[in-house]
Amino acid sequence: MRSLFRFHGGVKPATNKAASTSEPIVKAPLPPRLVVPLHQSIGGTPHPLVRAGQRVLKGELIGAADGNVSSAVHAPTSGLVTAVEPALMAHPSGLTMLSVIIEPDGEDRWAELDRLNYKSTPPDELRDFVRDAGIVGLGGAVFPTHLKMNPGREGRTRTLVLNGAECEPFITCDDMLMRERAAGIVKGTAILRHLLQADEVLIGIEDNKPEAVAAMQTAVRAEGESMEVVAIPTRYPAGGAKQLIRVLTGIEVPHGRRSTDFGVQCFNVGTAYAVFEALTCGHPLISRIVTVAGNVDRPRNYEVLIGTPMSDVVRLSGQRTDTTRYLMGGPMMGMRMPGFDVPVVKATNCILVASDALFPPPPPEQACIRCGECARACPADLQPFELYWFSRAKNFGKAQEYNLFDCIECGCCAYVCPSHIPLVDYYRFSKSEIWARERDKSASDQARERFEFRNFRQEREKEEKAAKLAAKAAETRAKLATEPAVDGAAATPAADAAEDPKKALIAAALARAQAQRAAAQPKNTDNLSAETQAEIEQIEARRRTTGNAPASGPAPAGTGASAPDTQP
Amino acid sequence: MLSALLVMTGIAIVLGAALGYAAIRFKVEGDPLVEKIDAILPQTQCGQCGYPGCKPYAEAIAQGAAEINQCPPGGEEGIRKLADLLGREFKPLSEEHGVEKPKAVAVIDEQTCIGCTLCIQACPVDAIVGAAKQMHTVIDKLCTGCELCVAPCPVDCITMTPIPETVENWKWKYPVVELRRVA
Repeated sequence: MRSLFRFHGGVKPATNKAASTSEPIVKAPLPPRLVVPLHQSIGGTPHPLVRAGQRVLKGELIGAADGNVSSAVHAPTSGLVTAVEPALMAHPSGLTMLSVIIEPDGEDRWAELDRLNYKSTPPDELRDFVRDAGIVGLGGAVFPTHLKMNPGREGRTRTLVLNGAECEPFITCDDMLMRERAAGIVKGTAILRHLLQADEVLIGIEDNKPEAVAAMQTAVRAEGESMEVVAIPTRYPAGGAKQLIRVLTGIEVPHGRRSTDFGVQCFNVGTAYAVFEALTCGHPLISRIVTVAGNVDRPRNYEVLIGTPMSDVVRLSGQRTDTTRYLMGGPMMGMRMPGFDVPVVKATNCILVASDALFPPPPPEQACIRCGECARACPADLQPFELYWFSRAKNFGKAQEYNLFDCIECGCCAYVCPSHIPLVDYYRFSKSEIWARERDKSASDQARERFEFRNFRQEREKEEKAAKLAAKAAETRAKLATEPAVDGAAATPAADAAEDPKKALIAAALARAQAQRAAAQPKNTDNLSAETQAEIEQIEARRRTTGNAPASGPAPAGTGASAPDTQP
Repeated sequence: MLSALLVMTGIAIVLGAALGYAAIRFKVEGDPLVEKIDAILPQTQCGQCGYPGCKPYAEAIAQGAAEINQCPPGGEEGIRKLADLLGREFKPLSEEHGVEKPKAVAVIDEQTCIGCTLCIQACPVDAIVGAAKQMHTVIDKLCTGCELCVAPCPVDCITMTPIPETVENWKWKYPVVELRRVA
């Protein structure tokens, strides 16, 4: 029996998990319309690879990863792309984001699948494969998995932790996945272990899921792997990566460090299963298990295609009429969705259907009485009341000094607060303000650098131009001094050249211009042949007889105004 | 009496020498106050303050030649920060220098652009690319929204577009509901 450790704080809310685990996972039917957001992971937004009117096959790449910190997106089924346009996101902001909208053709035809034998593939190729399969952390943080498939700085991972704790109330998607697809999870874990070269594998599952523990133990034995399934005490948030690592290994990851620095890497069970699916079946991440719970008649887990509207999934469970909103995630960390038809994304572990009866609006916020309950409950060893005061006063520097960014937003502090202060809202506000300031700061630093460089460049160009002109002037002066004077006109300025080079240049230019003008104006009445001369005289004579002779007689009275101009 | 005087004189000479040496050894190049003020200014380089860039304005503030409320892009928050730094009284933004606007970037209508390069010459941060008689375009990530390119354009093809709110730059709202006195 492994000796386990304790993490600080934590709470024990009612788990509410029994209702959604009574029935097996079922595939949700194909919806009439899929909205697949392109941005579904931490990092860059993938570029769309399809156009409206194009046919796609199931599993076809529709968004290519933008850089290394990004993850690809695939078509969840075969059908017609009706639009690539911004659509409402499963995000608390209620903002839209570029999405690919697919009308399924009902055939559900797979694209050509690419499988990989992980044992004979170099690690770099394997990581690229996982990135292009769109696999991200399915615990809810959606961090691209391929970035975590690197051994730490020491080059070796001691412990690979598989996170099956699933501590948040109502959510049972990992529980059901472990019960039904344990073999796949174990195979996926073996792949991750191979990549990380981990010495030991610990699968942490909260002890309120005995069926999952048993299923995983059976699968580990059946696969002949040396992994240890560990039942850990049920206490929220045991499923936080740092908390689970603490419980299983006793390592406390300090501020500003990563668990990989200590030879520990942590993956969610769903992620391990997705890795297995991608490498052995060639299936990219196009569906996930979603718990539907809360204000519904039949809470249950569904295998849902990414992009399915949430309301379509909830309808399967029988949504009650007094529903007011959906939460993505559980009651502790879940985010309120801006509408009922937002799509299921890779981060959607649970759709919690809420009504005012089930989740009554919180009582009015009262003043902090400095009881310190929040500090006792904080699993990250922070002082939530200090962070609250600094956030409320918008004293962001101080909040950062008190390690605001170590906050995992688990909601334990708000859960225990006797004054019902929505503490996590304050921390989220502070964090987003600090991020915005950092963005502004880096933009202004860049602008300053570019402005200074531009000034420097202009200065340099001016100097270069002056130097060029000076060189040219010196050259002309030298030429004038050495060339002998060609004619009398140029002789005088050349004599002055020594005193005033500018005057000399101008005089030389004037002389050149004069010579040019003289050459360019030939007189066409000079040097005429006798014949032409005779012809001209004839014409002149004709003119005289018709009275059209130029400059003969006074101009008619009617054109008197312009007459002086026409006079020779 | 004499020994006391000598001791005191000796101490004065030694300390004086130490201070003199320190003044040479630890001499600060440039004005650190200017750097601090410059760090608060938004680096838009728009010249709305009446100075050719943020650095000259920072220098003017440090010398006491300019008021702290002449920077519209910095807004009220910028003035507060300057007031804190310099120990001066907060003043509302001076109206003659402009009004605070939401952050925007310049966008060139590429159909209308005739490729005159006037905007390229006006841009203080070299955020416009293009060449003579070729289409120009603004690199939006580098644009500070200074509007200096708008006036020189002979065909009026540059517009200032406010930066839209996206999931990346969206901010959580301040959870405190302010109570205002009604009467």
